[in-house]
Amino acid sequence: MSAALTPGHSDVDATVVGGGLVGLAIALGLQDQGRRVVIVDEGDIALRASRGNFGLVWVQGKGDTCADYARLTRLSARQWRAFADDLTDATGIDIQLSQIGGLYICLSDDELQQRQQMLASMRLEHNDDYPFELLDHTALKAKVPAIGPTVAGATWGPEDGHVNPLLLLRAMVERFLQRQGQLLTCGPVTRIEPITGGFRVHAGKQWNESTKVVLAAGLGNKTLAPQVGLSAPLQPNRGQVLIAERVRHFLDYPTGHVRQTGEGTIQCGDSKEDVGFDCGTTTDVLATIAARAVRMFPLLEQVRLVRSWGALRVMTPDGYPIYQQSEQYPGAYLVTCHSGVTLAAAHAGPIAAWIDSGQHPDDFALETFHGQRFSV
Amino acid sequence: MTRADSNTSTDYVDLAIIGSGPAGMAAAIDAAELGLRVAVIDEQPLPGGQIYRQVSQPALQDRSVLGPDYYYGESLVKQFSTAAIERIGNASVWEASANHLCLTRDGRSHQLHFKTLLLATGAQERPVPFPGWTTPGVMTCGAAQIMLKSSGLAPAEPVVIAGSGPLLLLVACQLLRAGIRIEALLETTPAANYRDALKALAGAVSGWRYLLKGARLMAELKRGGVNRRSGITNLRALADNQGKLDRISYHHRGREHQLACRTLLVHQGVVPNVQLSRALGIDHHWDELQQCWRPGIDRWGASSTANIFMAGDGGGIGGALVAELQGRIAALAIAAQRKQLSDSERDARAAPLQRELERQLAIRPFLDRLYRPAPAFLRPADETLVCRCEEVTAGEIRRIAREGCAGPNQAKAFSRAGMGPCQGRLCGLTVSQLMAEAREVPVSEVGYYRIRSPIKPITLGELAAMAAPTNPVKAARKSAQKG
Amino acid sequence: MASDSAFKRLPANPAAVVNIWVEGQPITARAGESVAAAVLAAGLGPTRTTPVSAAPRAPYCMMGVCFECLMEIDGQPNSQGCMTQVSEGMQVRFQQGAREPLENAS
Repeated sequence: MSAALTPGHSDVDATVVGGGLVGLAIALGLQDQGRRVVIVDEGDIALRASRGNFGLVWVQGKGDTCADYARLTRLSARQWRAFADDLTDATGIDIQLSQIGGLYICLSDDELQQRQQMLASMRLEHNDDYPFELLDHTALKAKVPAIGPTVAGATWGPEDGHVNPLLLLRAMVERFLQRQGQLLTCGPVTRIEPITGGFRVHAGKQWNESTKVVLAAGLGNKTLAPQVGLSAPLQPNRGQVLIAERVRHFLDYPTGHVRQTGEGTIQCGDSKEDVGFDCGTTTDVLATIAARAVRMFPLLEQVRLVRSWGALRVMTPDGYPIYQQSEQYPGAYLVTCHSGVTLAAAHAGPIAAWIDSGQHPDDFALETFHGQRFSV
Repeated sequence: MTRADSNTSTDYVDLAIIGSGPAGMAAAIDAAELGLRVAVIDEQPLPGGQIYRQVSQPALQDRSVLGPDYYYGESLVKQFSTAAIERIGNASVWEASANHLCLTRDGRSHQLHFKTLLLATGAQERPVPFPGWTTPGVMTCGAAQIMLKSSGLAPAEPVVIAGSGPLLLLVACQLLRAGIRIEALLETTPAANYRDALKALAGAVSGWRYLLKGARLMAELKRGGVNRRSGITNLRALADNQGKLDRISYHHRGREHQLACRTLLVHQGVVPNVQLSRALGIDHHWDELQQCWRPGIDRWGASSTANIFMAGDGGGIGGALVAELQGRIAALAIAAQRKQLSDSERDARAAPLQRELERQLAIRPFLDRLYRPAPAFLRPADETLVCRCEEVTAGEIRRIAREGCAGPNQAKAFSRAGMGPCQGRLCGLTVSQLMAEAREVPVSEVGYYRIRSPIKPITLGELAAMAAPTNPVKAARKSAQKG
Repeated sequence: MASDSAFKRLPANPAAVVNIWVEGQPITARAGESVAAAVLAAGLGPTRTTPVSAAPRAPYCMMGVCFECLMEIDGQPNSQGCMTQVSEGMQVRFQQGAREPLENAS
């Protein structure tokens, strides 16, 4: 995309900084409200997090230490079908959304027990409205015949699902452009300047003006936020995903660590949707991911790895998102999270609606995700 | 696992060399002689690279078929095979960093640590996309030559050869000498290239040996009665009802022609194999003349990454003799860096090699101009498959580029081009060129696929075997707590 | 699998004969050569169909770059035929579409 930023372009309602899954979802949501939106994106090698993710629309276990995060996640999961159908109807791209439940596989009894305890306490916190099921080895084997003999069991989350993240990204871009959105690939945004009635967003020598500005630049938010009176205490964390060749279909459900895509390729990850992160050298991490995948599904042993991803996750100190409007410069918003796929429907729905009209969602307390929690 | 086991006796060397073609062999011989502990890794069981493939055990009885340039490699391979070098054949490197590499051999992976790495991974044939190039029966000229060298096999007749470049003529002559009937030699070199090449005639004159060789090949083809046509366009391969090649069509002087054939050998020159150098993060720049990426290296072969050197065609196309010289020069620089040699001694020894290198390279500007591929092979028509693995067409790449796709990495995500088993080796150049064309910017601005390990596919089981045995459970337990 | 597409064996230096099985059919190969070369010499192919569109394919580059010569070799699917040397009694199968995840499952 070589279109230049139009100097003095003031009929734009919102500039979204960042054209990844988060920025696109917000932009689509603002378009739903009839707004004219410009996305300023860094370019080809910038979209690391969006291109490197695992494609899970994942609920179980998320928000174990933050009930509002669990609510936000479940709200998004419920709205995902409509969000996906809209994208597919408009673009003709089947993003392969499947929400028939997902498995978190546990190798040892110990691990399974801890997992069950965690989910049970979440169920308690959510007044029994938190569906999950504990599957022992036999029950798991009945559901997934390819499961390895040494696997202890799994927890089953009926609200879990997955999507093709690459087709999702593409469908979102097409949908955005269909509705006269402007996607400007002009290198990283260098400066955001508050001006009368809005903001001027600079990318190198080019600039663009709009009434509102939404920071959805992933790790880039860290340096941009202070320019509009916000703070984004983010740390990059590398998550690695292995992608193996296409094989005939054998796995119906997504799992936290292994999933089979619509094309038949196998993704093995360290489940960044749901798990902490591994440190250590690349080879060691990749080998550990492979070892776990092979133990879960021994038939993968002879399957060849063709690609790997080292994607940088966008992590706040507590791992939960920040949704916040600047008090110093109203009209500037910070949106940052590391579950861009799961939360896409929420970002396009209630979060975009809040940015557009200031209306807070009913299902969860938006204040929970204010950045001030880190300055205490 | 950090120790190599019984398959290899070494897990630490001064110098690891990837590739045992002329560059890798020459560097290894000289570096070993200068007192370095050297290991050379190659995918083939026998040393020689593609150019001297199997020269120590040649298949063909008749030495005249492949000619003296091939058998020249015998003495180099012999020296290499008797020197004090750890030779690791049948092994593929699937990961490399600035101090270690992982290789797979017989289904098992090993790590090898080193002080210095020399990439001598050579060239690959430039991908030649045109309608029907995936049809069984269409192969590259390089493939035909490899089969002559390693199996004494000649392609199924009738044979048509099409494309551009010195190898095109050479392979045609070699097949002719082997008694194979060549239906036609169709040259796609655009007429304008001849005029352009004349500008570099000065270099060509000092590289007169190459010109003479070329003239001899052409004379040989003429004597052999080969139907040679130039200025061919609109090449297309057509399949029978079993899906196998049975004829080709092309345009010559404004008219369409068809030819029945069982084998079509295509060629548009060779380009550096950049998978490893890219994975290692070495800077690459776009070479407008050679229409390919080349890694940034200095006159010693030192790359932008400390302790990583390159020699041979992988660092820029020069051919076998150039590769050998570059290997020897790099060995001197590496030995000096490792204090096996003073800088002044390095310079003194390198001087005659560098002079010879200049002589050998004098012809390149002429050849590069003459054999620059026709635009239709660099940026093919919309219907042409660009990514053979994922079956993505040129039209699809153009479409997503016009829609605002920023570059090849996003194009990969959007179209799956480059995601198949060949890992972009056969579509990377084309995708970058198509995107540059659609976005009307230089290729250098569009960039290339980001290459990551595994550089060659390995099984999950093989990778898993490299993990410490207790790791998966521990890691899973840790993650369950965090979940 | 017409034999008119068989590659031609030229007069060669002596080498051991290796017997392999391709799609259940016995063929003879030259010791040291690749599975892909042996299959082409026997005139067999196309050697696979693609997982994407079931299009027929056969060896293309013979140097390990293009991955068109993927075959099931001794029960191991998606093996590069041009990078695997023949060995006595080897079993070679042509794959149709995506491989099976399991060894010998086809």
